[in-house]
Amino acid sequence: MSFDSWILALHVLSAFAYVAGVVLFWVLVVAVRRTDTPEGTIRMEPVVKTGNIVVGLGAGGTIILGIWLAFSVGGYDIWDGWIVAAIVLWAISMATGQRTGVAYTRGMNKAKELRTAGQTGSSPELLTLNRTSRGVLLHFLTSAAVLLILIDMIWKPGA
Amino acid sequence: MSVLASVRPDSWNFPLFLHVLGAMILVGGLVTGAGALLYARGEARLLRLGYWSLLAVSLPGWILMRIGAGWIYSKEGWDDLPEGVDDPTWLGIGFLVADLGGLILIVSLIVGGVGVYRLRQGKGSGLLKVTLGLSLLLLAAYLVAAWAMAGKPD
Repeated sequence: MSFDSWILALHVLSAFAYVAGVVLFWVLVVAVRRTDTPEGTIRMEPVVKTGNIVVGLGAGGTIILGIWLAFSVGGYDIWDGWIVAAIVLWAISMATGQRTGVAYTRGMNKAKELRTAGQTGSSPELLTLNRTSRGVLLHFLTSAAVLLILIDMIWKPGA
Repeated sequence: MSVLASVRPDSWNFPLFLHVLGAMILVGGLVTGAGALLYARGEARLLRLGYWSLLAVSLPGWILMRIGAGWIYSKEGWDDLPEGVDDPTWLGIGFLVADLGGLILIVSLIVGGVGVYRLRQGKGSGLLKVTLGLSLLLLAAYLVAAWAMAGKPD
């Protein structure tokens, strides 16, 4: 395998990690919709952290190695339309993903607040925060951007 | 370089898209399932979440990946090689991991399903640890397969 083949393989593995993180957060989005206790919400935290690590590795790997490939592989240029589109979509997915995190962190912070105050029972306020429609919308937009990147990478329009 | 930069015929793109999307969903389900089972520490809700991630995400992902694999295999003409010519190594790795992995996924779902059922009696977490082990094994195997498919080693 050539060096560029290794970089391509790691770029694809990074894309797998990025999508895996998006999938993981969809599962959590669904799971917290029925979670109204501080304990139940806080129990999700290690899984959230796993998702953050996976998304971080995936997002970082895809952009760094992708840009490397755009410069290194013959026949492609960084200003090719489909590569520019992928970079723009990547930036959009990062921005909406970060805002999704902020929307769902409110529920986690409230759960910790309630636990500190000694309230362990169900809380309608916590349930409302966990069911954030803004969070769902933002995660949908993140997923759509990531899906469009995959379509762009496979069809390579204009290449 | 020219191999890396080659552009495939348009008619191959959709089957490849299904294959890759299915594989990504499969890996996503495995990461979620393994993560939830790993951090559950016997807590029934997270154990169930981990199991259902495998059943409702990984299994459909595997089916999509395998349908896409068969379709692109046929589109690329690998099923029409001359007598005595073998598939390339990367393709062999992909098929072995996809099919053996599918079998292991089904075993892990059966074992985990019994475990989830037994959670009602306060038992079953041991069986779900087996499911966790198999999920981690599958995750490692599918990442090797993705590396082989993308890097195409000789």
